[in-house]
Amino acid sequence: MEPGTDAPATLTRRDGALVLSGRLDAHAVAALWREALAAVTPGATLSIDLAGCSYCDVSGSALLLALEDKAGSRATLTGASPQVARVIDRAHEAYRTSPPPAPPTAPSLPVAVGEAVVGKIEDLGERIAILGRTATSAALTALNPRSLRWPDTWHQAEEVGSRALPLICMIGFLFGLILAFQSAVPLRQFGADIFVANLVAVSVFRELGPLLSAVILAARSGSAFAAEIGTMKVNEEIDALNTMGLDPFRFLVMPRLIAAVAMMPVLIIAMNLSAVAGMATVMMSLGFPWAAISAQVVNWTGPSDVLGGLAKGLVFGAVVAGIGCSRGMSTGVGPRAVGQSATAAVVGGIVAIIVLDGIFAVLFYLMGW
Amino acid sequence: MVTAPAPATTPDANGIAASLRGVAMRFGANTVFQDVSFDVWRGEVFVILGGSGCGKSTLLKLMIGLRPPSEGTITILGEDIVAVRGEARRRLKQRFGVMFQSGALFGSMTVLENVALPMASFTTLPPEAIERIARTKLGLVGLADAALRMPSQLSGGMIKRAAIARAIALDPPLVFLDEPSAGLDPITSAGLDSLIVSLARDLGITFVVVTHELASILTIADRVIMLDKEAKGVIAEGDPRRLKEESTHPVVRAFFHRTETAAG
Repeated sequence: MEPGTDAPATLTRRDGALVLSGRLDAHAVAALWREALAAVTPGATLSIDLAGCSYCDVSGSALLLALEDKAGSRATLTGASPQVARVIDRAHEAYRTSPPPAPPTAPSLPVAVGEAVVGKIEDLGERIAILGRTATSAALTALNPRSLRWPDTWHQAEEVGSRALPLICMIGFLFGLILAFQSAVPLRQFGADIFVANLVAVSVFRELGPLLSAVILAARSGSAFAAEIGTMKVNEEIDALNTMGLDPFRFLVMPRLIAAVAMMPVLIIAMNLSAVAGMATVMMSLGFPWAAISAQVVNWTGPSDVLGGLAKGLVFGAVVAGIGCSRGMSTGVGPRAVGQSATAAVVGGIVAIIVLDGIFAVLFYLMGW
Repeated sequence: MVTAPAPATTPDANGIAASLRGVAMRFGANTVFQDVSFDVWRGEVFVILGGSGCGKSTLLKLMIGLRPPSEGTITILGEDIVAVRGEARRRLKQRFGVMFQSGALFGSMTVLENVALPMASFTTLPPEAIERIARTKLGLVGLADAALRMPSQLSGGMIKRAAIARAIALDPPLVFLDEPSAGLDPITSAGLDSLIVSLARDLGITFVVVTHELASILTIADRVIMLDKEAKGVIAEGDPRRLKEESTHPVVRAFFHRTETAAG
């Protein structure tokens, strides 16, 4: 049915009949559609002369169907070649014997609200169940460390830790540099620009170092956990683990969780040191010697600042990895499911980190840290 | 190479839809196949068959222009698909349709939108015409009642049918099908075979089908070529029914009679 090189179809009128001549393909139909429909009067007898029609495909047949529908009766087709007639017959049969499905009706407001609430409750229940299974797996792993897949844990630690170090160092350095520069401008007016070192060191060690490291962990590794495990779920690999009697939480979640928790202090320390280096760069460009800068940092920050930040980081790491893995485990069906899980892992991880950081701030204040 | 005469009804007078000459494909030092030459005649259902790993799907990818061959020329609808570039290449690709093994329907669109997409992209048809034509295409493949469903709501057989409807959206004269029966039950597979035969007969579409489903091959194929992993090329060509009865090639006989070769 390869169309020939003959001219695109044209529409004329002869003795009350529509005359279609030439090649009636999709491109010709596009040009003729409105003109042909305008030429048909509803209720009138429709006669179409196809003697000059050298080629007609399904698109051309659809035009004839549309003309019939507008006329309200079956058209009288004359002169069609056997090949053209066969295509038209097949298209007519396909369209006429297959009425379009009724569009789905939207549920009423009470039903929609009810379904949404039930969906949220089920989702919450599933998350609690995943949390419980993760906690159970963690406890069992702690009781029997040999059950942990150590090679996979090392591999995950490398992915989460060492491969993130260049990014952590670059962001930390730039962050320290920007924070120091922005602080130095107003503080210099009061002759207090030496205290930029204190400001940057305290805020980074206590607050911003763990927070920024955890945000990078959520964006880089939390999403990867959700996407990896989500893809495994879509590919039925999780079902395969279950049917083999292997606990997917111990098999997949524990290595990632332990790797994230173990690597967070490393990332935080790298972030802190890089930020201090960035700050020192600005301070030295302002004329302060390294001895003065380091004295300010050492004298105004204590072990509790650094250790408090590292302690927060451990919790952040566990939460980010837990949310990433749980989102992967609850991945649904369909092509968007993995992407939705990865997005939810990043958003959920960052929100959880901010909320937890607020709680830690209050706790540390009450404890006098 | 074994050659069985083509059936008398083969429309060889209608011209050639696709032609391969001296085609070879290598990945590094690994030669998948070499010196593959054959013609696909207009209006026929042409099947590329062979065992797993013989390069059937690779050959299909070369024919639809997804990969260039290591050697040889591939002419599709009169144009060299390797050499043609730019706008001419885009126009050539609109003249053939492809059904991928997984269906490759766009999951974010309904079945109707999947079928309408090529028309909306490459023609100036008004929206009501596109919808009517897309519904007609879905009616042709027996999926009119699934028009508003998402691909995730379809069964395996329905996905294949929807993918065929999308492949014929622009009424191409040539359609490539990659493993249309893979993963389907015999009844659904037989229904799909009937659909391919009827579309070829009624709409005059030339089909190039990659499959190793013996029942499908004997039902739909006007002619076949058989690739072999050991021979790294074509070992048989012709009417599959005659190849089944008359071929003396051990691999061809083993394939059609479902027996093991000496190599296992």
